[in-house]
This record gives sequence, C-alpha cells and structure tokens, in this order.
Amino acid sequence: MIGSFLGVLFDGVAYGSLLFLVSVGLSVTLGLMNFVNLAHGAFAMLGGYVCVTLMTRWGVPFLATLPIAFLATAAAGAVLERTLYRRLYKASHLDQVLFSIGLTFMAIAGATYVWGPAQQPVRLPEILRGQVNVLGLDLGSYRLFLVAIVVAITAGLAYLMERTRFGARVRAAVDDAEVASGLGINVDLLFALMFALGTGLAGLGGALGIDVLGLDPTFPIKYMVYFLLVVAVGGTGTIRGPLVAALVLGIVDVAGKYYVPQAGGFIIYTMMVALLIAFPAGLMGRRA
Amino acid sequence: MRKTEVAFWLVPVACFFLFPDYRVLGSQILITALFALSLDLVLGYAGVISLGHAAFFGVGAYAAGLLARHGWGEPVSGLVVAASVAAAAGWVTSFLVVRGRDFTRLMVTLGIGLLFFEAANRAAPVTGGVDGLTGVAMGRLLGVFAFDLGGRTAYVYSLVVLFAGFIVLRALVNSPFGLSLCAIRENASRVPALGVSVRSRLVAAYTVGAAIAGLAGGLLAQTTQFVGLDSLSFQRSAELLVMLVLGGAGRLYGAIVGTAVFMVVQDVLAGMNPVYWQFWIGLLLVAIVLAARGGILGAVDAGMARWRGSS
Repeated sequence: MIGSFLGVLFDGVAYGSLLFLVSVGLSVTLGLMNFVNLAHGAFAMLGGYVCVTLMTRWGVPFLATLPIAFLATAAAGAVLERTLYRRLYKASHLDQVLFSIGLTFMAIAGATYVWGPAQQPVRLPEILRGQVNVLGLDLGSYRLFLVAIVVAITAGLAYLMERTRFGARVRAAVDDAEVASGLGINVDLLFALMFALGTGLAGLGGALGIDVLGLDPTFPIKYMVYFLLVVAVGGTGTIRGPLVAALVLGIVDVAGKYYVPQAGGFIIYTMMVALLIAFPAGLMGRRA
Repeated sequence: MRKTEVAFWLVPVACFFLFPDYRVLGSQILITALFALSLDLVLGYAGVISLGHAAFFGVGAYAAGLLARHGWGEPVSGLVVAASVAAAAGWVTSFLVVRGRDFTRLMVTLGIGLLFFEAANRAAPVTGGVDGLTGVAMGRLLGVFAFDLGGRTAYVYSLVVLFAGFIVLRALVNSPFGLSLCAIRENASRVPALGVSVRSRLVAAYTVGAAIAGLAGGLLAQTTQFVGLDSLSFQRSAELLVMLVLGGAGRLYGAIVGTAVFMVVQDVLAGMNPVYWQFWIGLLLVAIVLAARGGILGAVDAGMARWRGSS
C-alpha cells in the first residue's frame, strides 16, 4: 500500500517535472511579453517530431536527438518571434488568443500532413528501460532520468535568472519593460532570446515526453490546459511558482488516474477552476 | 429598422425560395448565427473572452433533446426550457468568470467548458456519451408543421427564432445597459465612477449570452433530432470565435455574416480532408489578426468610408 503510494507519488513527480519543462517557457512569454500564447504546445510537439524523425529516418540515438530537438525548436521559435509574434505584443489578449489558436490549428494540420494522425513510437536506449531498485522501491529508470534532467535544467535556469546579469535584466524587463529599456537594456533582444529559450525547452520537453505523454497531432490541444494551468496557478516571472504548480498538478493528475480512474478529466478541470478562483494571481505571483 | 437592415433580412427569406435543396444547410447556418450572436454580446460588447461558450450551447441542446426523448416533443416549450436551463448554468458559472482578470477569466471559461464536456461524456447512460443522444422524437411545430427531411420547417423555424433573438439583442445593446457593457469593455476601472457595478452587469450579460446560446443549442437538437458530444467541444467554441471575428465582433450583423461565409465555404470545401480544412481556418485566423481586425464588415465599413471620401 505504502509502496504503491510512493510509486504513484514518484510517477506524479516525473510527470510534473515534464510539465514544468514544457510550461516554463510559457510562463516567460506571459510574464515578460504579456502574451497569451495558446500555441506553446505546438512547439513541444515539434520537438517530439524532430526526435522521432531523427531516430527513425537517420538512426540517430535517442540521447543525441535531445539537444537537436532543443535547438531546432528554439530556432523555429526565434524565427516566428521575429516575424509574427512581435507584431502582437501590444495587441489585445483577444487578438493574441485568436492568433495563437490559428497557429495551433495550422500546426495540427501540418503535423497530420507530414507525419500522419497515428501515435509515434519511441525506442528508448537499453539503459533507460526497465526499473531500478532505489531504497527498496522499484522506480522506472526512464522516469528517474527525466527527473534528473529536469532538476539539472531547473538549477541552470535558476542560476541564469537569479545570479547572472542577463537574469537581472530579464527580471527588470518583467517588472517594467519601459523603465528597463530606459536604463539601456535591449528589451527587444531579451524578448527574442527568452522566447527562443522557452520554445527550445518546450521542444526538449516534447521530445523527452513522447514516452510519457505520447505524440500525435492533437498534442497541442490535448495538453494545452495543463500548460496554461501550470502558468496560471504558478504565477509568472519566477521559476519556483511554475515548478511547484507543475509538481502539484502532476501528482494530483497521476494519483487521480490511478485511484479514481472513472473520474477521468474531472479532477484536473475541477482543480483548475477551484485554484483559479482561490488564487486569481497565481500561487506565488511575483509582485514588483 | 433602416432600409439596409430590411434588405439584409430579406436575403435569408429569398434563399428559402431560391435554394430549396440547401434548406438543411441553411437552417444550420441560421442556428449557428444565433449562437454567434450570443457570443457577440459576451465578447464583442462586454469584452469577456470566452473559450468555453459551447458549454451553454451544449446544455441547451441536451436539455431540449432529453425533454423530447422522454416524451415532451412540443418544440416551442422545449426551446423555452433549453434557454432557461442554459441561462441557469450561465448565471451560476458567471460568478466564477467575473472574478479575476483577463488571463484568469480566459482559463476559467476554458475550464468550465471542459468540465461540461467531461460531464456529458461520463454521464453516458443519460446523454449517450460519445455515441450522442438519439431517439429525439419531435412533435409538430405549433401542432401543424411536421419536421421534414428537406428542412422546410426547420429553416423557417430557425429563421423566426434567429430573428426574434436578434431583435432582443439589438434592443439590448442599444439600451443604456448595452452602452454600459461597451464602457466596461473599453475601461472597466473607470466604470464604477459612473455608478455602474461592473460585476452585476457582466453577470447579466453572461447569463443572457448563455440563454441565447442555449436557445441555439435547443434549436439544433430539435431540427436535427440528435445531440452529439461535439456540441460541447472546445473545437466548437474555437470555431465560433473564428466565425465571429471573421464577420466582425461587436456589431451583431458581423456574427451573422461571418457565420454564413464560414459555413458556406466549409460546405463548398466539404470534399477536403477535415484536417486540411483546419489548416485554412488557422491561416484565416492569423490573417485576420494581422491584417483585417474588423473582419468582413470592418473592411466593408473602411471601403465605404474611402468611397465616400473620394466622391
């Protein structure tokens, strides 16, 4: 009983870390650019497809596809940011929502055209398959690997945002872009870099998540709620907020599916509405 | 009513006689136009972005469908029930929606829409789940006109209800109440200074919008004698948004024009794989946002202004 509970808890943490990896970029776009980007999941999907294509067509090993998936989606994000997104930073939320829904629809249709509507398989390397015994608990090696990667990336991100000059500039721009640019900070460039970083991380999350979340063209809509929820509940402008929110969400969702499978999506959607009502500004909204 | 408005309403009447083979499609367009009008009140006038408006459409559809399935096949009273149930659902959820700001609101409407969808999906013994609600047996309209396969009764019935709904909404948006909604959309923080409660106005607008969406849903259930789970889906809410902005939000007629154009094009391209149809909707949305924010009627207005200016 306790063992199965800890197993569920661990799966929830692994699932939550994946959600965090994908969503942290969305938190940046929303916090920094005040842009409601419903198309964020499409970048994660792109990362997943890059990984699958490299593996099946060119026989690239799984671990080597991960940095490529990151770079490819970051590049796609940077191009889209420069050409399309930046025109809408000052637009109303309605325009942003419509624009990003449009982009999502196009991504879904495009993915169906290129890769077909089926679920994509992923062949994990031998070393990441099976289970390892940690302190008497059998844990999936792949999930352990996931958690380790996300811990490393989170530490890196936290260092970048809290300890470097670049991070200080980003935080300044989140608080007040106008004053920040008055201080000589190139806010425009910061936006582009952060957008590329955010989409790159989403792509990496998409590639890492094929085994856990699955990968098919409906991915951006299927998980849109989860990504948005992490940001809405976690608040914008911090690393800690979305991290806590993603972990809570991951654990509740996995536990719900394990213990009350007949409730389906009810638990997560009810929690979403309840949390939003209770904390309209997010669990840990950073106040300037 | 002005002359152009009378002319506008003569178009669907003329279509009834000119295209007898397309009355089924026509009635679907009229119903969806009513649904789009309800979103226009909430979004175009009150400025509340809703990603879950299909919830009320679906509630109305299931209310009317279930009523007819369980023996009450009288259409008009069925519509009244559909609108009332949807209004009740709208009123209850409106208190959740009016809390919080833009982004939170958006998420709450999305969450409520998903909750309703999941509820209908799980309550399969009542709603039929993914198979949809079948066995909806409708009586004669007003005791005289039976619903026929050609869509004759459905077309006239839908047109009359659409027109009635439009008249109500037109009166509403031109009243002081409607003006206060526009004021809230433009600057919600200054409205209290005019002695208007933002909260109660938004609750009222959201409830009326839900009632009219329920009316449209009830109409669809009665005229097609079927309710599918997709009547509650996110896809439907998103497509409705597309239709509204395509025609031009915040001007009532935009909702009707946008719906008609969207659905006629969709029907013409019906041979296309629906997935690629989705691609073109997406492209259309991006194009509208980047190039033509007023939609079709906004472009017509701009064209008229230029023409008047040059002559």
